[in-house]
Amino acid sequence: MRFGLNRIDRVGVVVALIAAYGLVAPFALFRANRIVQGEGRSLFSALPPSLGAILLVLSAIAIVMALLRLPLFLKLLASLVMLAVLAFAIGNAAGFLTPEGNNYARVSPGSGFWLLSAAFALLATDCLARLRPPPWMRIAILTAIIAAIAFVLASGLWDGLSILKEYSSRADTFWLEAGRHVTLALGSLAVAAVVGIPLGILCHRVEPARSAILNLLNIVQTIPSIALFGILIGPLSWVAANVPGAADLGIRGIGMAPAFLALFLYSLLPMVANTVGGLAGVPAEANDAARGVGMTDRQRLTQVELPLAFPVILTGIRIVLVQNIGLATIAALIGGGGFGVFVFQGLGQTAMDLVLLGAVPTVTMAFAAAVILDAIVELVAPANAGSGTGRKEATA
Amino acid sequence: MIEIDAISKAYGDVTVVDNVSMTIDAGSITVIVGTSGSGKTTLLRMINRLVEPTRGTIRIDGEDNGAIAPHELRRRIGYAIQGHGLFPHRTVAENIATVPKLLGWPQDRIDARVEELLKLFQLDPVAFGPRFPHELSGGQSQRVGVARALAAEPNLLLMDEPFGALDPVIRAKAQDDLLAIQKHFGTTIILVTHDMEEAFGLADRIAVMDGGRLLQYATPTEMLANPATDFVASLIGTAERPFRLLALNPVEKAMEPGVAEGEPISGEASQRDALAELLWSGRPALPVTGKDGIVAGRVTVDSLLKQARPA
Repeated sequence: MRFGLNRIDRVGVVVALIAAYGLVAPFALFRANRIVQGEGRSLFSALPPSLGAILLVLSAIAIVMALLRLPLFLKLLASLVMLAVLAFAIGNAAGFLTPEGNNYARVSPGSGFWLLSAAFALLATDCLARLRPPPWMRIAILTAIIAAIAFVLASGLWDGLSILKEYSSRADTFWLEAGRHVTLALGSLAVAAVVGIPLGILCHRVEPARSAILNLLNIVQTIPSIALFGILIGPLSWVAANVPGAADLGIRGIGMAPAFLALFLYSLLPMVANTVGGLAGVPAEANDAARGVGMTDRQRLTQVELPLAFPVILTGIRIVLVQNIGLATIAALIGGGGFGVFVFQGLGQTAMDLVLLGAVPTVTMAFAAAVILDAIVELVAPANAGSGTGRKEATA
Repeated sequence: MIEIDAISKAYGDVTVVDNVSMTIDAGSITVIVGTSGSGKTTLLRMINRLVEPTRGTIRIDGEDNGAIAPHELRRRIGYAIQGHGLFPHRTVAENIATVPKLLGWPQDRIDARVEELLKLFQLDPVAFGPRFPHELSGGQSQRVGVARALAAEPNLLLMDEPFGALDPVIRAKAQDDLLAIQKHFGTTIILVTHDMEEAFGLADRIAVMDGGRLLQYATPTEMLANPATDFVASLIGTAERPFRLLALNPVEKAMEPGVAEGEPISGEASQRDALAELLWSGRPALPVTGKDGIVAGRVTVDSLLKQARPA
């Protein structure tokens, strides 16, 4: 009995339970038009019988593989095959369910599809986490996944799905808003880094400035985003009306300017706090030695303190980037653009597909940014391994 | 020559270095000894202006160190600290090259100097140059720390408890290496320690500090013969005195004509080692060899015992 239990993989149990429920839940949703309530369609009514049967059998095999303690790459392979099969099946369901020549009907993935995808994505992530691929490999895997999704999108396999129907009627604005979203998230990050890192250095060097600046930024961080937009409307309108040239630069009480400024303000605390934390973590002996060998204050900062603090500062950049990609969605509320435009339009029209058109790219971008920056942080860290435990071991 | 002239350092009402004056000869090793809080490290750090004095002046070869920009002063003075203080993000070679780089030496001269120093400290330049500090043992890190301090060929080397983090065996080796290096370059060394054994092993002159004051500044022999205060005497250790004295002098000073049985001892070895050998082997006398390795005489227990008291 004990022997038998030992051969069961614990994560596999979770995967199996989710996937098993996913097989009986509605695989796809059918709606006569884009705003009515959808009706669930089970695996066999959503897909041609042969494809349904293949999916069922493959799922069963993958579930058993997930439960057993098999080599990780085998399980990874199984999960990736399942994700590919699911991607194919849902595209196929759209064509199978949509009546010939009907442009109003909408087919979207049902809870069954999402649960199955989530289960096998969990299995894939778990395998990857346990295989501990080196940082460059993680970036390569991410690139491969994005390339695969791009390929599926380009192939037209998913064109029948509701989210892509929403896309096709908004293709122009989609890319425009995507550009704005990226500008908001990356631009505010860049400005926050340019302002926040020197501010962090100031906080590190000038004790009285530290608590004042950090407390102020803490307060900014606690202001709800919608309230912050409201607070900014007044001053920015005043600037637009009274500062020559400001209005030409696009500064107005609503629109991109307050959104950009708000994201910038939210980004400052993580940037400054991580810079201060990174500098505080520089070993005291390294600082003493830097002064002792005759470095000027500036040389000590650029040659010793900043390089040693860099991984922590980079972690701050990672936090800010992921936070900004998500927060930029709110910008749409005040006409700042970005993917939030689709989310709020969709909410207004109770068209969930439109909400997804804004939400899915946002989540994907945030996820990709997290993976890439985590990998970079890890790539940068080994050169500094000596600043932590490694050095203590060496001297012990 | 370093002239420390009535130097004091106070933090608010607390005086950590109180009116200390001393003159340090060029090319000598001076060891500043004291308990923690005695002001010894502060005194050392005022020489390269890591600490600015409240009163008094320090002249290095006649030049007031307060008249030189601190970073330029420090580039001329070697500085090695406990736990070596290597830059963790730089390789061994880059660490050693720090000061020559700051001084703007041409790259080929820097490379040659780094290689020379690594060889001098018995570290293979090819194997150790590209390593990072966390890949080194304690003894290796310490050697790299001293090599870095010596990289720009300073006339003066300041060392703050440089061997504090080493185990006893490696520490003894590092001390021997330091003596050899000092002979090789003729560098003036000022070293701070709380270890009296280390002070007697290395110093030409010892400075004893307590509560910010310089209690005594003398050669080891003088200090053994005439400790200035009870505190100095207790720091030396009453029971240790004869053995410390024997350890300071070479066997050849106690050598007498004659022959003896058994394994000979070098005339340059310490009298303490000779006595230890005699006691352990139970022999009455040891043959002593000269610099040429040929037996030149012998040393007896009696002759050594006469040396174990102040003259």
